[in-house]
Amino acid sequence: MVNENPVKDVVKEPYKYGFVTDIETEKIAKGLNEDIIRLISQKKEEPKYLLDFRLKAFKKWQKMKEPDWAELGYEKIDYQDIIYYSAPKQKEKISSLDEVDPKLLETFDKLGIPLTEQKKLTNVAVDAVFDSVSIATTFREELAEHGVIFCSISEAVKKHSNLIEKYLGTVVPASDNYFAALNSAVFSDGSFVYIPKGVTCPMDLSSYFRINSGDSGQFERTLIIAEESSSVSYLEGCTAPMFDTNTLHAAVVELIALDDASIKYSTVQNWYAGDEEGIGGIFNFVTKRGKCLGKRSKISWSQVETGSAITWKYPSCLLLGEESVGEFYSVALTNNLQQADTGTKMIHIGPKTKSTIVSKGISAGNSINSYRGLVKMGTKAKGSRNYSQCDSMLIGDQASANTFPYIKSQQPNSEIEHEASTCRISEDQLFYLQSRGIEFEEAVSMMVSGFCRDVFNQLPMEFAAEADKLLALKLEGSVG
Amino acid sequence: MQSKMKESEPILEVENLSASTDNLPILKGVSLTVYPGEIHAIMGRNGCGKSTLSKIIAGHPSYNITNGDIKFLGENINSFEPEERAQSGIFLGFQYPIEIPGVSNLEFLRVSTNARRKFLNKEELDTFDFEELVQKKLEIVKMDHAFLSRSVNQGFSGGEKKRNEILQMALLEPKIAILDETDSGLDIDALRIVASGIKKISNAQTGIILITHYQRLLDEIEPNYVHVMADGKIIKTGGSELALELEKKGYEWTDNLVKKT
Repeated sequence: MVNENPVKDVVKEPYKYGFVTDIETEKIAKGLNEDIIRLISQKKEEPKYLLDFRLKAFKKWQKMKEPDWAELGYEKIDYQDIIYYSAPKQKEKISSLDEVDPKLLETFDKLGIPLTEQKKLTNVAVDAVFDSVSIATTFREELAEHGVIFCSISEAVKKHSNLIEKYLGTVVPASDNYFAALNSAVFSDGSFVYIPKGVTCPMDLSSYFRINSGDSGQFERTLIIAEESSSVSYLEGCTAPMFDTNTLHAAVVELIALDDASIKYSTVQNWYAGDEEGIGGIFNFVTKRGKCLGKRSKISWSQVETGSAITWKYPSCLLLGEESVGEFYSVALTNNLQQADTGTKMIHIGPKTKSTIVSKGISAGNSINSYRGLVKMGTKAKGSRNYSQCDSMLIGDQASANTFPYIKSQQPNSEIEHEASTCRISEDQLFYLQSRGIEFEEAVSMMVSGFCRDVFNQLPMEFAAEADKLLALKLEGSVG
Repeated sequence: MQSKMKESEPILEVENLSASTDNLPILKGVSLTVYPGEIHAIMGRNGCGKSTLSKIIAGHPSYNITNGDIKFLGENINSFEPEERAQSGIFLGFQYPIEIPGVSNLEFLRVSTNARRKFLNKEELDTFDFEELVQKKLEIVKMDHAFLSRSVNQGFSGGEKKRNEILQMALLEPKIAILDETDSGLDIDALRIVASGIKKISNAQTGIILITHYQRLLDEIEPNYVHVMADGKIIKTGGSELALELEKKGYEWTDNLVKKT
């Protein structure tokens, strides 16, 4: 009955997506230089403007320094020791799913993302990305009837080049930051979404990112454009096998919302986090940004970050259009030796813009969990408002939580409100739940879900349930 | 009536129980046996060990049993987890019910009720069936349905928290309920509601231990036995008249009894 310190260290539930698919892959040589970039571009049969975009980005990257301001500690990444392109070998042109290697279909099946016609998820269109390439996109015809384009970005480069040329790099310029520059130089695949004027996308769109090889990085690029008065809900999921080396994942996501358009972007990130000693795991350095270009446009980010050895991620909103709205709802859970430095930037440029930030950080084990956010009111952001709420929950006595809210206001007629709190799951709370017959682990998970409720409420239904389960799984054995 | 009770097996047997926290002895040999249908009252000054006794019976992890046994339905439960004890029918009504932000009271009550039902091999209730059950139980404590949608005990007044405890007792239908100062902080009306709730829930098969300072709860629920605790021991046991005597003479009287022993 007596447990000296009932809220303490960690034994972790094995990662259930840690398998490797044994498949023949086409990989290029390790290392990064102009020739490699030309090779990637050539493999993807890209137009010249895109090669130029890549090469320019590479030049900028070479002059940049890896950022060190985040609360993260890791061994220096050797960028010459990474393979920048890795793709499962398959026939040149695949016209239907029947021609996709069954092993790949099986992989996504195992991940709970069946792609085949008979089994595919109802009412969610999926773009499945395996290492550097997109394998398949479901429901394309149905979407096309509504004029919605949902395909891999490589395909979009070929078929919708005008849109790519017009919008790529306009939200996250190549020079934005070190990892964005790297991504711009070497990005391999990702998803492209275009919602035409006045269309409400008839189903949720979803990308599933799978890293399979241990020595190649994944550099995906996603671009979503919502024309006037259109709306879309987009979901993103990620997993990777267990390797004892660290794999780099540096993605860029750009969202553009025109007048009265709305984009909801939800992520459940469950990259392999490394083992209890912090060996292996994904380094997740991601730049996600949305531009509310139009009047009354709205971009809403919701994320549940549970995986990765390191997470460096600040999904942000540039609020240009008058009365545009930016939202950020985040749950970041770290356990063992995981490190997360995540948050958002809400840049209020237009008048009467509004933003909401709700961040819930949960740290267990020896992990470090930091919220870092910027709210900026520009000179023209008259009548704009922001509300931020950053809550941290500590589990055990070895974990740490930080909150770094940055506020810059150049507009006196704007409001910024910030609330923050830190709590610890107390022994008395646990005992209370247990004394009502609720198992210890379930008690912890109930309290964690309760803590995250404001954010889970923002997730699409099927995601919310998954997120709840995922948190429970990640915390299994983390206390007691 | 009493002799009839003794024919059945005891629900709870506390035998010569000693316990400490942070190496500080709190209980120094407590013995107490509760048979079905019995109501026991435990009285005593603050710090005499009453609350500790209730927490140890419920399995609080901060206390070490240094000697003696706790038996529930004949089985030694010294090493049982709190949730096992609760599932098998031990209920502790908290003196200070704990607030749990973000966890809905309704969901909490449902999960907890189902944990008990599972133990009893009864079918677990889905949200709809549970809603029906809880509606009936709410009437016992005269609570409004709106309480269910709030977070567990969060922002509840003292009286509301205590009624929420009795609501839990009504749902869990325990074999034995230990109610730790359930009467404190209640006004007269709330006290009557709580007391009548306890009476409605208990029956000839259940045992009740009331931990209290005051006669007024015992006016509502007449105990079969009154135990006076001091310095980690039960120093005197009697019938309901003992509580009245205590009320008249005050705890100084029991202090003198301790000195004598």
